[in-house]
Amino acid sequence: MLEIKNLHARIAEDGTEIIRGLNLTVKPGEIAAIMGPNGSGKSTLSYILSGREDYEVTEGDITYNGESILELDPAERASKGIFLAFQYPVEIPGVATMQFLKVAMNEQRKARGEDELTTPDFMRRVKEAAEQLKIDPAMLRRPLNVGFSGGEKKRAEILQMALLEPTLCILDETDSGLDIDALKIVADGVNALRSPDRAVIVITHYQRLLDYIVPDTVHVLYKGQIIRSGDKELAQELEANGYADVIETAA
Amino acid sequence: MPAVQETIDQVRGIDIDQYKYGFETVIEVDKAPKGLSEDIIRFISAKKQEPDWMLEWRLDAYKRWLTMEEPTWARVEYPKIDFNDIYYYAAPKNVTGPVSLDEVDPELLRTYEKLGIPLREQEILAGVQTSKVAVDAVFDSVSVVTTFKKELQKAGVIFMSISEAIREHPELIKQYLGSVVPTTDNYYATLNAAVFTDGSFVFVPKGVRCPMELSTYFRINEKNTGQFERTLIIAEEGAYVSYLEGCTAPQRDENQLHAAVVELVALDDAEIKYSTVQNWFPGDKEGKGGIYNFVTKRGDCRGARSKISWTQVETGSAITWKYPSCILRGDDSRGEFYSIAVSNGHQQIDSGTKMIHLGKNTSSRIISKGISAGVSQNTYRGQVSIHRRAENARNFTNCDSLLIGDKCGAHTVPYIEAKNQSAQIEHEATTSKISDDQKFYAMQRGIPEEEAIALIVNGFVKDVIQQLPMEFAVEAQKLIGISLEGSVG
Ligand SMILES: Nc1ncnc2c1ncn2[C@@H]1O[C@H](COP(=O)(O)OP(=O)(O)OP(=O)(O)O)[C@@H](O)[C@H]1O
Ligand SMILES: [Mg+2]
Repeated sequence: MLEIKNLHARIAEDGTEIIRGLNLTVKPGEIAAIMGPNGSGKSTLSYILSGREDYEVTEGDITYNGESILELDPAERASKGIFLAFQYPVEIPGVATMQFLKVAMNEQRKARGEDELTTPDFMRRVKEAAEQLKIDPAMLRRPLNVGFSGGEKKRAEILQMALLEPTLCILDETDSGLDIDALKIVADGVNALRSPDRAVIVITHYQRLLDYIVPDTVHVLYKGQIIRSGDKELAQELEANGYADVIETAA
Repeated sequence: MPAVQETIDQVRGIDIDQYKYGFETVIEVDKAPKGLSEDIIRFISAKKQEPDWMLEWRLDAYKRWLTMEEPTWARVEYPKIDFNDIYYYAAPKNVTGPVSLDEVDPELLRTYEKLGIPLREQEILAGVQTSKVAVDAVFDSVSVVTTFKKELQKAGVIFMSISEAIREHPELIKQYLGSVVPTTDNYYATLNAAVFTDGSFVFVPKGVRCPMELSTYFRINEKNTGQFERTLIIAEEGAYVSYLEGCTAPQRDENQLHAAVVELVALDDAEIKYSTVQNWFPGDKEGKGGIYNFVTKRGDCRGARSKISWTQVETGSAITWKYPSCILRGDDSRGEFYSIAVSNGHQQIDSGTKMIHLGKNTSSRIISKGISAGVSQNTYRGQVSIHRRAENARNFTNCDSLLIGDKCGAHTVPYIEAKNQSAQIEHEATTSKISDDQKFYAMQRGIPEEEAIALIVNGFVKDVIQQLPMEFAVEAQKLIGISLEGSVG
């Protein structure tokens, strides 16, 4: 479903290479965890997958469902089903969360040649999804992410994911800032989206999240490359021993 | 960052030729000879069948104007205006004032139809048009029709063109005209007093709540013709009126002059809400053509507990020079100014407000949102002045500027003076750029770039949009989107 081949990418502004020959394949239905030390390029990879223009791909390719997506802008990639739950969700003052959701859902439908949602249909979907994630409906009337607590922001990301029904979900440290109950609610939300034709990439530092969202594969990202891949045991090994062994073996 | 570089390139290739209202109406006109002189003023006054005192008033203003200098303190640049190279009167042939709708030239009706202005009362009443708004339609120098006059009359509200009012209600005109903006006020206001041609007159008597929104729709059509509108709104004790002004002009290579004067008078406990959606032709992408908009708008909260609120959405004009102000004379009176000023391409805006606190416990609130794109310059200029007798005066000012691209400019010039120690003045100002983070975030959710920008901008101006009457809020939001089209990829 997602195929990243020998990807090299740099910061467009100053040319610093961050991703240095990265290979990764994610199959439909798969849950892939990406772990790695701070600053190794995990968030950068998620931005490049979703088309942020601050990065330049200098070599290699990313194909999604068999097609290269390098020429597509972020909105086009989103309408093809790529969703990124941000490590640091962005505040948009003056735009009610509800309004943002409606615009986003309808723009994606438009791009796919589908009819716009009717208001009652939209309201019903939002209400259901919000209930599942235990989000207070009053929060949805507030401007998007403005004054939301860290945990509320993360929950709002998962709400958007549930409503947009993407086929590739990238979760960048969605667990950070969540209390134990919230972590479980969010994990349930992600698990509810699990399906044979949907893949999930979970970026995290902690085994804790992977206890709830059990990965099929685990990959270690270091200095812009995947230096080790394995199954869920690998995450446990890292939790116990840290990255030193893995980095040494790879070197 | 590359995003910025790209924005620069896009701004360079900017195209603001998206102006929807740029068409011209071909119609036979009746014009005064070009240029300005006492004879021209006599010509205008005669066309309007004015009484002698009105002609004298004009001539006095003209003599005064000849001794005045064009102001240069605003942050706007333009070649010197040749006031003798302008037509001061142009009217569709055989129209000297408003007539009944059946008599209006069909070509004119078609024009207003194209502009989306509801003039046919029957259709409005039959629900073809959703909102019930009385309209005074001013085409170049004359009002061509005023709707719902009879219904308003029943409520005691006078709504007619100012030319008619001068003939039909001379006592009110004598009492109020020039009482807020004196003929000596400033260069453009004085010029306006000499040559004003049409505009609206509203009188809401004591205790009456005007039963519908009133609006005037200004259209400049003729080439090389100045439009000198004069509007006067009076709300007597306890009266309420909400009034909306809209403006458009054809797309022309030459600059055209619009120098308006608007006076509002609110007596005890009266409230006037004045909203403007200004969409004059802004000029083309090279900065050629467009309207020069030099406007004096002032409200006098003459009575105790009176309230005047200005809301403006400024998207058009090559140059805007405009400071809707409130004189808070009555004790406990309140003035408000809500503004959205969008500049793109080569537009120059110097706009803001003046809040003059004279009475006790007077309060004022200023919310200004400036959005600059292209190579435009956008200046907020505001004055808050608390006089000696104004015990417990309060002001709150918030000025936010948003920049799109990095070739445009935003400037904030506040003047604050307090001569009474009990004054409470708060001033907040911010300048920000649409952040790449916000844009990327919205796009990641599937919202295309232009819609993403429009969404973020509409969030930025929300506090002001909320002040507009419902029907116009939607319109204004769309207009802001259109004005910014082409400001990014
Ligand atoms: N736009 C940018 N400008 C400058 N440096 C950048 C930029 N984007 C990424 N970097 C640098 O690239 C490296 C990788 O950053 P990235 O955010 O991808 O790390 P990460 O693996 O997500 O780390 P963490 O676990 O702390 O979230 C870091 O050294 C970071 O400072
Ligand atoms: Mg990160």
